[in-house]
Amino acid sequence: MFPKPIQKSSSGKQFSYNVMVPIALFIWLLPLIAIFMTSIRPESDITTGNVFGWPSDFLLYENYAQVFRETKALQYLINSFWVTIPTMIMSVSLACLAGYALAIYKMPLGKWNLSIPLFMLFVAGNFVPFQILMVPVREFSENIGVYNTPWALILFHSAFQTGFCTLFMRNFIRALPFELIESARIEGVGEFKIFWHIVLPLVRPALAALAVLIFTFIWNDFFWATVLTNGDEAKPITAGMESLKGQYLTRYSLYSAAALMAAVPPVLMFFAAQKHFIAGLTLGATKG
Amino acid sequence: MTIDANIGTSAVPSSGKDQRSFYARNRLKIAPWLFLAPALLFFLIYVIIPIFQSISLSFYQWDGLVAEQAKWVGMDNYARLMDDEKFWTSLKNNVLWLVLFMLAVPAGLFIALFLNQTTPGMRIYKSLFFFPFVISQVVVGLVFFWFYNPEFGVVGKVWGFFFCEQVVNIVGNLSTRCSIDPPALMASEDYATYGIIAAGLWPQIAYCMILYLTGLNNVSPDQVEAGRLDGAKGWRMLWYVILPQLRPATFIAVVVTVIGALRSFDMIAIMTQGGPGVGSTNVLAYYMYEVALSEFGFRYGYGAAVATVLFLIMLVYISYFLYRMYQDEKDGR
Repeated sequence: MFPKPIQKSSSGKQFSYNVMVPIALFIWLLPLIAIFMTSIRPESDITTGNVFGWPSDFLLYENYAQVFRETKALQYLINSFWVTIPTMIMSVSLACLAGYALAIYKMPLGKWNLSIPLFMLFVAGNFVPFQILMVPVREFSENIGVYNTPWALILFHSAFQTGFCTLFMRNFIRALPFELIESARIEGVGEFKIFWHIVLPLVRPALAALAVLIFTFIWNDFFWATVLTNGDEAKPITAGMESLKGQYLTRYSLYSAAALMAAVPPVLMFFAAQKHFIAGLTLGATKG
Repeated sequence: MTIDANIGTSAVPSSGKDQRSFYARNRLKIAPWLFLAPALLFFLIYVIIPIFQSISLSFYQWDGLVAEQAKWVGMDNYARLMDDEKFWTSLKNNVLWLVLFMLAVPAGLFIALFLNQTTPGMRIYKSLFFFPFVISQVVVGLVFFWFYNPEFGVVGKVWGFFFCEQVVNIVGNLSTRCSIDPPALMASEDYATYGIIAAGLWPQIAYCMILYLTGLNNVSPDQVEAGRLDGAKGWRMLWYVILPQLRPATFIAVVVTVIGALRSFDMIAIMTQGGPGVGSTNVLAYYMYEVALSEFGFRYGYGAAVATVLFLIMLVYISYFLYRMYQDEKDGR
């Protein structure tokens, strides 16, 4: 273990470490704490200059209820769920199948084995800048009639996230013992049955990791939300925040409450499935 | 361990014609394509083909209204880019982002080393440190936009503590007088970009931290012990024993940081919309958006040219990443 476990140090050092960690955390999260304090204080505090001090009144419930009453935030939040959950299901399922194909089979074409180049294609596509896709994807969405509906975002995100998910699933499935599949084949089990009854149950942890990650990625997406939607009926919360900024910029407590609310679902998701989340982020490069 | 592609046929006695259906005879050749088809189709339509469409669009002039009105202009868009001051500012800012964003890697390592202990409650501390990465960049942008506010943001308050005093003026109202005015960071052409990058670093450091924390978990205790016996400690231990073992984590951290830097869009859109001044905080990603979907008429062709430049820059990193990955694959089965 590096650095040296603090338990082996003198009690004075241990004490100062235990004091330093919460202080460091406080400084680290200061921006968030500041915005939270803004979101629960009365509007009058800000106009009188009491921005960082103790709130003159705690209006946690009132301020947050006001967001729902006065703004379209609830609509935006619902839209976000409408986009995020189908995308999560679609991209993980697509990637499961593709990852299996790329991990288990050789795909010969003449003397070439296509499975590695195809895999590289998914990996490379995952890294391209969004802007190079912007105009064609926007045009395509308009042509198939989904522009400014949740489907524009669902279809695009599912396709794009398939790249990352396939990278992840393929590496995960490849690490499974291949003998399992081989022996099932000898028994005469069909390819799809092998996938469904042998591989799928084994990759459940990977599915969980991907689902949490994709949820967070899609929920937090801002670029595509602004490019593929423009009306309140389809706008997810991230793009919605920008229009709220235009309308309510001077009402700080209201606006900061809305901003924090936008952050709640991914945060809950993270705390609910922390282990999976982190396993997903490290791309399996470091196991543990 | 390799998979024999002909295993489906070789199981059949070689004498006589194979009586099974075409699929049964070739299922190991066909099955992967069936598994792959839906994902590949989606990915081609939404990712691969649009890349080429964009590149070809960059040779046209088009306002995005009627497809027939797109006019072939050859290299014109690129020639115009060369004289476009906003383009060069964006490119310069992209370089700035790339360079400064790299600070996330050592900073993440530093925090990871600080937190890599097993005292009670450490798990919760670690997740709270990771917090900024989970929330949307839009929210991070807003948080920092207020954080930097010269009047009531944290930066303004701290500044006021050192340089300002509250005075009662003649009429009896409280007012604030400062020896040096607090910096209006987001309104400054010189410093706004640094402010945004600092905001962007916040979640990125958290990401690198978590990569290193997982990496540190896997550092071999034997090697650390051996290093200790040889008298290595502190910096020397870190440099010669720990860092080499953290190489996979460092690799991923660098890759995601480069991509994060080149993808920077959300924060700029939220905090400055490319301003103040003539696009002083613009980067290629935002400039492309601004040009293509401008309020003064869409300029798809010119936007596509900007996007192509950004794509080519990214391609350098993508190729390197793929090369590294291919090397690993070759050594595998």
